[in-house]
Amino acid sequence: MQFIQQMINGVTIGAFYSLVALGYTMVYGVLKLINFAHGDLFMWGAYLGLTVINVLVGLMAQGSAFFIVPAVIIVMITIALAGVLVERIAYRPLRTAGRLAPVISALGVAFILQSLARNVYGASYKTYPTGITPRGGIVIAGGARISVMQIIVLAVSFLMMGALYLFVQRTRIGTAMRAVSLNHDVSRLMGIDVNRIIAIVFLIGPGLGGVAGMIVALYYGSFDFTLGWTYGLKAFIAAILGGIGNIPGAMLGGFLLGIIETLGAGYISPQWKDVIAYVILILILIFRPTGILGERVAEKV
Amino acid sequence: MAILQDTVTRFRKVNPLWWQVGLLALAILMPLPLGDYYRSVMWRTVLYVMLGLSLHIIVGYAGLFQLGHAAFYGLGAYTCALLNLHFDVPILLTLPFSVLVAALFGYLITRPILHLRGDYLCIVTIAFGEVVRLALVNNIFGITGGANGLSGIDRPALFGFVLRKPIYHYYLTLFFLIITIFAVQRLEHSRLGRAWMYVREDEVAAEAMGIDTIQVKLLAFVLGSGWAGLAGALYAGRITVISPDQAKFMESVILFCVVVLGGAGSIPGVFVGTLGMVTLPEVSRFLKAWRDAWLGVAMVTMMIARPEGLWPSRRVQMEIRGDLEKPTPPHAIENQ
Repeated sequence: MQFIQQMINGVTIGAFYSLVALGYTMVYGVLKLINFAHGDLFMWGAYLGLTVINVLVGLMAQGSAFFIVPAVIIVMITIALAGVLVERIAYRPLRTAGRLAPVISALGVAFILQSLARNVYGASYKTYPTGITPRGGIVIAGGARISVMQIIVLAVSFLMMGALYLFVQRTRIGTAMRAVSLNHDVSRLMGIDVNRIIAIVFLIGPGLGGVAGMIVALYYGSFDFTLGWTYGLKAFIAAILGGIGNIPGAMLGGFLLGIIETLGAGYISPQWKDVIAYVILILILIFRPTGILGERVAEKV
Repeated sequence: MAILQDTVTRFRKVNPLWWQVGLLALAILMPLPLGDYYRSVMWRTVLYVMLGLSLHIIVGYAGLFQLGHAAFYGLGAYTCALLNLHFDVPILLTLPFSVLVAALFGYLITRPILHLRGDYLCIVTIAFGEVVRLALVNNIFGITGGANGLSGIDRPALFGFVLRKPIYHYYLTLFFLIITIFAVQRLEHSRLGRAWMYVREDEVAAEAMGIDTIQVKLLAFVLGSGWAGLAGALYAGRITVISPDQAKFMESVILFCVVVLGGAGSIPGVFVGTLGMVTLPEVSRFLKAWRDAWLGVAMVTMMIARPEGLWPSRRVQMEIRGDLEKPTPPHAIENQ
């Protein structure tokens, strides 16, 4: 019974990691850049969602779970636009500048976003107002319990991931994205507007990440400005675990990491939960840098 | 920028010995008219220049991305504290042990990951840094005191004279800094230093020329880590309370910025970087609240406008900018 419960919790956390990992892996696919700012855009999703819901609660003078819907839409659009802006300002000028410069620039953006959040919202933990998070749950096989929130999390993330997968595999823009991730110059020769495709990637990745940030904050109840760093690094580990640059890999890696971490916390020690994730990262990079599903990256490591 | 460049070149023509004597005199005399607060700020600056130089060996000379350097700084401090608290070893005698422990960890941690390049290496070093910090937080083996750290460390004593005031610590650290600068300078022009730069500029060519690249990189990590351990022990002796916060990622990033933004590959660059990243936020209240944002803005704008750093070594500048007469085509830079 405990095992089933752990698995349910692990899969839920894994869904968050997957959603955020998608942003890392897509950007890495097209730009070969570790977008350190992604985790902090995700964290801003949590804060923006809080602001929107607070405004709505103020207007309606009551809390309701339905406020989540407009909040999710606003957060998704805003964070997606912020992602494009970040690319425009901090990454595009460095497109030809080698590999170190964009990584440092990305770290710089991460610090700017983090510092902004801390100075705007304060360093203390924030909580969503009461009456927003859906409560209750269903007891399933063997006494394990799945909460309404967990069902929402899983439904929303599977929906978004499925849509993204179809988008990348079936549409013209998706095909162009895959082409750009293979080779910029040849894509350009084939008539693909590479800058536009990169901008679209920076719309989708942070858009998903922003929504994930808001749902994570709702799921846990409270968060602070360090949310982006911890979750961002974990999601990045998930992306590497699945094979960076590989979209199904990021989804798989996210769920795996979530499950391993939860089982580790449950059966070994909750204190060492983060260490387990880092050790996985180190072992993978030492022994199989291409991850579980990746194959292209080998020569780049 | 052009005027600045001219001034820099003009100053470069002055005999470097005069610069060194002048700066040394300034460093010795400057704290005398200042109050304890500013003496303390100067102590911190000197300490971070030393830390910056230790990372400079790894990032500046060997061109390896180390984003977990603060872990070794922390390890040095913890070694010093544990020896002092449990075995009553005087602080100054713990220094060699701090260096050894940090260097040993530097060896153990980096040995398996040396074959990784660029951003992958940078990610693994972040992970190792976090593992060390979390191990300290989780009170590993019950000796690190958990999240609160260790307190009650003795102050260093020199022939029975206990160093209490910030100014004494400043001079003590300055003494070690001078040794560091001397050593780093000697290293730069040694066979090993040239090998580092060769590896940084073209690893494959270096290997073809008979340089054992793994060995050379390992030496950079071991020396840099050990030196950071020394700085950690000096910190523990001054503050007497240490916590895992010392090994946190933010510290590693600040050190990384000190080296890269100051000017990779150049010792004066580390000074400039420390002044901008450590001293300035310390003395300005506004920058203290917005320190992370200030770091971030500096990182982004520097990478776009001046990727070689504020005071780069000429070699790195040429590497990034290309020779001024014969510009390197962009794809050649990209392929490095």
